[in-house]
Amino acid sequence: MFDDSNLIVGLEIGTSKVCVVVGELNAEGALNIIGLGQAPASGVRKGEIVDPAQAEESVHYAIVEAERMANVEISHVYLGVTGAHIRGFNNRGIHRVLAADHEITDVDVQDVVKNAKAINLPVENCIVHAVRQHFFLDGQDGITNPVGMLGSLLEVDVHVVHGVTNRLQNAVRLVKGLHLEVDEIVFNGLASSLALLTNEQKELGALVIDLGGGTTEYVVYVNGIIRHTGVLAIGGDHVSNDLGHGLKVSLSRAEKLKCEHGAAVVQAASKGHTITLAHELNLPARTINHEHLQRIMSLRLEEIFQIIAEDLEQAGLLDYLGAGVFIGGGGARIPHLAQLAESVFKAPAFLGQTNSISGLKSALDQPEFLTAIGLVKYASLKSRRRPAGGFLSLLKNQFGRVLSLFF
Amino acid sequence: MNPAVDPQIPARETTNPPVIKIIGVGTAGVRLLETLPAADFTGAARVAVDTDAAALTASGVGHKIQLDNRLVHGLDTGGDAEHGRALTEEQYSTLKAAGAGAQVILLVAGLGGGVGGVITPLLARAARETGSLVLAFVTLPFDWEGNHRRDQARQDLKQIRAQADGVICLPNQKTFKLIDENTGVVEFFRISAGLLTEALRGVWQLMTRPGLIQIHLADLCALLRDKNSEAVFAFVEAAGSARAREVVEKLLAHPLLEEGRALAESDTVLVNLMGGRDLAMGEVNRVMEQITRQCEHARVIMGASVDEPLKDRLTVTVIAARHGRPAVSGDAATSRSAHACPPPRETPVKPHAAGGRRKADPKLRQELLPLATISKGRFDKSEPTIHEGEDLDIPTYLRRGVSLY
Repeated sequence: MFDDSNLIVGLEIGTSKVCVVVGELNAEGALNIIGLGQAPASGVRKGEIVDPAQAEESVHYAIVEAERMANVEISHVYLGVTGAHIRGFNNRGIHRVLAADHEITDVDVQDVVKNAKAINLPVENCIVHAVRQHFFLDGQDGITNPVGMLGSLLEVDVHVVHGVTNRLQNAVRLVKGLHLEVDEIVFNGLASSLALLTNEQKELGALVIDLGGGTTEYVVYVNGIIRHTGVLAIGGDHVSNDLGHGLKVSLSRAEKLKCEHGAAVVQAASKGHTITLAHELNLPARTINHEHLQRIMSLRLEEIFQIIAEDLEQAGLLDYLGAGVFIGGGGARIPHLAQLAESVFKAPAFLGQTNSISGLKSALDQPEFLTAIGLVKYASLKSRRRPAGGFLSLLKNQFGRVLSLFF
Repeated sequence: MNPAVDPQIPARETTNPPVIKIIGVGTAGVRLLETLPAADFTGAARVAVDTDAAALTASGVGHKIQLDNRLVHGLDTGGDAEHGRALTEEQYSTLKAAGAGAQVILLVAGLGGGVGGVITPLLARAARETGSLVLAFVTLPFDWEGNHRRDQARQDLKQIRAQADGVICLPNQKTFKLIDENTGVVEFFRISAGLLTEALRGVWQLMTRPGLIQIHLADLCALLRDKNSEAVFAFVEAAGSARAREVVEKLLAHPLLEEGRALAESDTVLVNLMGGRDLAMGEVNRVMEQITRQCEHARVIMGASVDEPLKDRLTVTVIAARHGRPAVSGDAATSRSAHACPPPRETPVKPHAAGGRRKADPKLRQELLPLATISKGRFDKSEPTIHEGEDLDIPTYLRRGVSLY
């Protein structure tokens, strides 16, 4: 087996599917996808685990498949988390620069970020991410790295994503039960947005919607930074459930109808058209109105988008989607979804395609793998930020920092 | 009405009716204003506000205000809300002058277009700034008028709710159920306009006619004041010996009241009965008994008056308001759609079997069937996803009342 320090693995325990993506960092630090694993998930509802034993089995299958494909042994993973309990908001931290020469150092930056993270959360909640946005130096906006600049008052905006600790830990415990280390937990929406968006799109302003099985995550970037995140505990499961109820068919049948005949917008061709169901357990064949099927789907999907649009409008971000709306997740397979999104958000909409990573074509083409790919990307960005070259250079770096304090 | 004949009924001169202005906004609003019968609204100052010079000239309303700028050229805004908004901001002082001097201002508008829905909120704000009480009577577009108009109308409604003291809203789509499908188009619009006129008349009479049991203006304001409240309105009349029973039946079958469900879910219900001189106490009692039985949880404000020209007819005006607050329990959440004005609720289930009532109702009734819990399917046992009081686990098409059959 190779040295696995360059191996990064993203694991997403979704409501309908467990996805594992194995990535490898080459010598230049570029990411390459070398393995995939997936298994139908059971014991997960609305993005959260409701039956650990069943879910553990699904995760196990997916991991084994990925190991086999990449021919590696997976020992630690980046774990994607979601759920209706996850919230995001913006907070500002303030720090007064005390040094006599008013030069801003790394320590000042760390302090101000620490201040920004000091928020009143409910006791049962913990921070998943505190993403740094822009710095303000004496009120001057738009500073991305203030180290070395002069000023007396340093402020920073952070976007804080937080969730209920116990509910987050449920997934972590499950993974640990499989003798895997969890490097970090990452909010699924954030991961998807990393996989989908280029830097330019983040600058222009973009909305990423990850339409999953049980939950829909959304993230808004404006001016290159995360401005808004949210989770809606509605997803493809709800579409199937609506179909099952409306067309009076079983859930599995509804799921199948959704995949084979569904559309996000009622198609002219489906009007008056019927679908004949094959025999099922000797029951007589039935016909189903194609238009009703699509109308039920369309209403549900439109509602999801409308709720997101309302939320963005309240946050005042709806007019900033210059690059448009990007849709990922299994829901992105629904035909004409982009058309529906365009009409709701009144912005160009695209079905998500990962462009920023090389590797297995089969992985990059599947919208379901978006989050898991994003997790790997997140990890690669993390490791790039970390000093490369192991312990010695780390020591040198630290030493250099100490020296710079004196001179 | 002659005070000498019946000392119980105070003469109109002794009461001091408030100064009321009725302002029609936009094409729909101005047209509605014209259709208001003059005899019923004596003493009201009517004002027409529009951008379309031709439409204003054609209208017979005395006081006209035309909003104009270079963008519009004295024409209609063509449904462009941005135009309407820019125009109104420009001419805010004109709008303020339009409402000046009135104690109560009734705004009439059709939402979803470029004028009515846009100017009305600003007009409401202007009027409130001059110290008037503002009630808005608005119509929502038909479903077939398209998504754009529907969304626009919803936004407009939100805006108006934020500005006006009270909003009474009539979704045009619901009038379909009220009117026979074979009705001619002209006739249809006349009836539809008539519904709004009835609402106006009902409120008008509340404010101006002295009653045996008086409903004060303050009561009406209290009913409609809550910014989040949603009010539905119904007006029925019947004649003949069985009129008391008939009005109750009509009320409970009224589409705007969701076959009586709206009453059950209301927090405050205002009922005004009007009859000819032969209005009997027994009838008042019978009607009120039936209505209060429908809305046991609500505060009922009741009024009754005698209006001689009605002769043997009995009319009942009902305004049911439900205060906005996040509902948590499943059935309370579904009930929201009964009041939320846009599209009507048509569950595939028979009307009387459907409908969530609030819990803690000890009496067993057919309406109590817990429809909501059935339709949640696989999400039956999971944590509900509540958004603004709606349980999103219930299929959207059910909550929006889209009929599939």
